[in-house]
Amino acid sequence: MSTIVTKTRDPRTGNDREGAAERPVTAPRPGSLRRITAVGALWRALTGSATLLWAAVVVIPVYWLVITSLRSRADFTAGSPLALPGHPTLDNYRTVLAGDFTTYLLNSVIVTAATVVIAVVVALMASFAIVRNAGSRLSRVSFRLYLLGLAIPLQAVIIPVYLLIIRMNLYDSLLAIVLPSAAFALPITVMILVSFLRDVPRSLFEAMIVDGAGDWRMLISLAAPLARPALMTVAVYDGLQVWNGFLFPLILTQSGDKAVLPLALTLYRGQFGIDVPATMAAVVLSTLPMLALFTLARRQLVAGLTAGFSK
Amino acid sequence: MAAPALLLFGLFGLVPLVGVVALSLARWDGLGSVGWAGVANWSAVLTDGATWQALWLTVKVMVISWLVQTPVALALGHFQAPRGRLRALFAVLFFLPLLLSAVAIGLTWQALLDPSFGIGATPGLHWLAKPLLGSPDLALYTVIFVIAWQFVPFHALLYQAGIRQIPTVLYEAAALDGAGPATRFRRITLPQLKYTMVTSSTLMLVGSLTYFDLIFVLSGGTGGPGTATRVLPLSMYITGFQAHDMGRASAVAALLVVFGLGLSLLTTRLSGFTRMDSQQEGM
Repeated sequence: MSTIVTKTRDPRTGNDREGAAERPVTAPRPGSLRRITAVGALWRALTGSATLLWAAVVVIPVYWLVITSLRSRADFTAGSPLALPGHPTLDNYRTVLAGDFTTYLLNSVIVTAATVVIAVVVALMASFAIVRNAGSRLSRVSFRLYLLGLAIPLQAVIIPVYLLIIRMNLYDSLLAIVLPSAAFALPITVMILVSFLRDVPRSLFEAMIVDGAGDWRMLISLAAPLARPALMTVAVYDGLQVWNGFLFPLILTQSGDKAVLPLALTLYRGQFGIDVPATMAAVVLSTLPMLALFTLARRQLVAGLTAGFSK
Repeated sequence: MAAPALLLFGLFGLVPLVGVVALSLARWDGLGSVGWAGVANWSAVLTDGATWQALWLTVKVMVISWLVQTPVALALGHFQAPRGRLRALFAVLFFLPLLLSAVAIGLTWQALLDPSFGIGATPGLHWLAKPLLGSPDLALYTVIFVIAWQFVPFHALLYQAGIRQIPTVLYEAAALDGAGPATRFRRITLPQLKYTMVTSSTLMLVGSLTYFDLIFVLSGGTGGPGTATRVLPLSMYITGFQAHDMGRASAVAALLVVFGLGLSLLTTRLSGFTRMDSQQEGM
């Protein structure tokens, strides 16, 4: 049986599969849905206008953010906020890039990459163990522990984590962000990988056992390649979370040269003060890598956000 | 094979869960050594009006956020569920807030809502030129709105995915029986979305305990004006990392843990997340 996550790369259903978590048997056929759309024109008009309204609410601030970052300070204080800048300038971007932006960017890249690699590899091993020993008590208990983890707010445990990091002599290092971030990425990563792996047909594993393969062999040459779409999904999802993470960097690092981008943005606010256009340029720059990732992996990202949660 | 994950999660997830209770009984300024305090922190926290105000604000943010976000997300998800070019475009637009960090969102909205230079300076939008974040009466609602701005798209995606999973035959049968769109929505879509709704609500409710970053940035780290937006996590941060009273802050944090676990136990029980079997059966 196909899983929620494999569906997203299913070549049969054409484009626009974002969040398409339907099952093969029950997948709505586009034709029949369109007929229903015609019948429910009024209803659609209602939700349609709500959608338009919300689209404006979403788009206007983003539009404002971009055009403000292109304004000079004089233009910012004098011009109409939503009008296009009279003399668009990249000076704000030059100002930001002339500072320590590249340091912050590099820190964010290192922290995000390291966290994602650790979380995904470790979670894959755990998920494989949980699925392979699905009947055992230990497997059930550990799975429940990760589910419990979904409910722990980061803020609630930050003080003991802070104490641990100090005692491990990791305070004010990038590793201090990586380890807790990876740990807190595990619950959702394990949950999605388990829901994927448990739908891999048992016969495939049994065939490998007959061939004399051990657990590691099965993990590396069967589970990992089969789970690739799910792995991509969780990697992108975890990456987004860590890239945008603020609390761990705020509390577990201190020096400017260890700051990651979200923390750096608050430093910019202090540094630029009233110079809103420069701060907005920093905001835009800090978001560009995620925008690039989104353009490359939109399907994976949307699947990651909905897989396992839907139903 | 399960060991590395359990070790990592145990060390930074489960040990701190116990640790926060232990630290709530300790005296610690965050730098020096940790001493024993007994129940002093607890009695201080529980008799402090500020704690109850923070708790009340947290509940308020949680409930209003749920009331605002659920219908909007449901309507958006319902609109986006059928496939089409225009809807795909909307899906991309709605995704933008999910790419921005809470800090980026906070800084943007803070500047955008500035009474002098923000959106209120636009001709025709002068009614927005109010101290929306600076007024004790309005700040909390403004924060709730910005939270919705950030999270509605995510929940709309959940509902969209949920609606796409509903078997078309149900609608076809209902249409044959003469059911109109509103009836079909009420009798088929809503009941079939039960689990999606529970999931979305769980994430929303538990998530609202973590609305820290955004409020931190929007209020300049104070939970202000005054204490108008000082929700529980922010109160914990201020007590611990600004007033250097980690013991008291831990007691506040323990309240958060109890709150979070209680909420999720309740909702996972309803949603059946803990089933080990595939979620695909039973339809």
